[in-house]
Amino acid sequence: MIKVFRRILLIVLVLGILVASSGCGENKPVLNVYNWGDYIDESVLNDFEEEYGIKVNYETYATNEDMYVKIKSGGNNYDVAFPSDYMIEKMIKEDMLMKIDMNNIPNYKYIDDKFKNLDFDPNNEYSVPYMWGTVGILYNKKVVDEKVDSWDILWNEKYKKQILMLDSQRDSIAVALKKLGYSLNTKNVEELEEAKQELIKQKPLVLAYVGDEVKDMMVGEEAALAVVWSGDAIAMMEENENLEYVVPKEGSNLWFDNMVIPKTCKHKKEAELFINFMTRPQIALRNTQYIGYSTTNEETWKMLDKQIRENLVAYPDEEDIEGCEVFLDPGEFIKEYDRVWTEVKVH
Amino acid sequence: MKRFFTKLYTVLIFLFLYAPIVVLIVFSFNNAKSRGHWDGFTLKWYFSLLEDEQILKSLYYTVIIAILSSIISTLIGTFAAIGIHNMNYLGKKITMNLNYLPVLNPDIVTGVSLMTLFIFVKLKLGFLTMLLAHITFNIPYVVLSVLPKLKQLNKHLAEAAMDLGATPFYAFKKVILPEIMPGIITGSLIAFTLSIDDFVISFFTTGSGVTNLSITIYSMARRGINPKINALSALMFVSVITLLIIINTRTSKEIKKKGVTFYD
Repeated sequence: MIKVFRRILLIVLVLGILVASSGCGENKPVLNVYNWGDYIDESVLNDFEEEYGIKVNYETYATNEDMYVKIKSGGNNYDVAFPSDYMIEKMIKEDMLMKIDMNNIPNYKYIDDKFKNLDFDPNNEYSVPYMWGTVGILYNKKVVDEKVDSWDILWNEKYKKQILMLDSQRDSIAVALKKLGYSLNTKNVEELEEAKQELIKQKPLVLAYVGDEVKDMMVGEEAALAVVWSGDAIAMMEENENLEYVVPKEGSNLWFDNMVIPKTCKHKKEAELFINFMTRPQIALRNTQYIGYSTTNEETWKMLDKQIRENLVAYPDEEDIEGCEVFLDPGEFIKEYDRVWTEVKVH
Repeated sequence: MKRFFTKLYTVLIFLFLYAPIVVLIVFSFNNAKSRGHWDGFTLKWYFSLLEDEQILKSLYYTVIIAILSSIISTLIGTFAAIGIHNMNYLGKKITMNLNYLPVLNPDIVTGVSLMTLFIFVKLKLGFLTMLLAHITFNIPYVVLSVLPKLKQLNKHLAEAAMDLGATPFYAFKKVILPEIMPGIITGSLIAFTLSIDDFVISFFTTGSGVTNLSITIYSMARRGINPKINALSALMFVSVITLLIIINTRTSKEIKKKGVTFYD
């Protein structure tokens, strides 16, 4: 037994020395990239390393809030991150982002104009669009034989215990607000209270409030209706042809994930190289095909298969998303949202 | 009749424990990406796993951190336990309560406070900070598993050894250590598994491209856990089982040969 331990110790020592010695001796510039999990075609990173001789340290996170906490706390020097719309706004407000020198991002010209000058980054100073999408209703045609075009269907007694809602505060409250015809960025407490009553009324009909499980449940036909993100809807529709996706006529949430450079960045030039590289149509195409979400890159969109290009789930017509809004950072008012959501959950 | 029920109970317990793992392994051979329905047999997830640098890198860091942190915390924890064992009543009480604190503390508190500490002393977050964090939360568990063994120890054993001419260190090595070995091994195994499992503390104390499996898997949650993870879990499960079988057959051989064992 003691012998075995000696051997293990020796192996560990050797490994330790290996770990300690790796990474030294290489004097390549380094770039720390912080992205959502499974949100890039990883071969792209290797290509970037080869082309520019810059080593990429790649880390992942699961939510905007996780990423925010890590960057806010300092001690990390992330050079590029991928926050969503409302989080970009919050980070700009809190002076956590560097201005991007657009002269170093010549590929910015490929980004579709409709993704520029959006509310969270009005002058395009801080972020470069990466992916986008909508929130809508995914339903099973076998069970739901009426026309689905409104949030109202999620309150229909007929589908009791067949409805899946998102286990996410902003998204679920937004559904209720939109159903009532209010803005999903409302700062009016009365409107929020109304939305709360709607959600409480809906509760007996809801099978579950879910995250990622929604995919298996809808593909496996355990539920008939679900609130989902468009990118996931496409993946589910590929696996089960009975599924359809619609953005309700009252409007919904439009979301963006953009590339930014946090103030913690120590390699601004390399970071801009990377963002420019990611915006190169060929590279953006590989990422779009791997992830299956919708690209913000017009040139990339032109390269996609006709079938995907004309897929209204991924690339809806202008009039279909007219009533859609982008989440804004509610600032201090987020406490009210917290309260309402908690009251709905415990009811 | 009673025998039948005890058997049934055991079977049920094992079913309850292993059914999820079996399902997970079965779905690692599933052609479709979803975990909901079966779509033919494939080995593609195993091949794509071997090409996935991100997952392999996090596996490498997970194993290295687990091995290093369990060994270092076992060393520190064992000596701490011996020290605590020889304290007076009050000292023992105070130290034991201090030792329970990290065990009872929620992970998120430990994680955030360690991160704050590392930033405060200007340590760059990365491999070293994550290793230090893992050692920190492993030590109390080692202490807790070694102490009972020390309590069982006959007080006069070491004295007898020294009376017979052993130096204190020799007495410790040849008499005390073999006696408390089962506790040390248990402690190091607990430390190892805790280190492999940990997500929250690792998430807050890591940086500069160092991630472990928990972080990598958890961060996939938004877009759905990739079946590559099923393949990886299946491989890890099989290797742990094999390791256990090897260790068990070896020890049973040792018992037959010498009539002694390190595991009671």
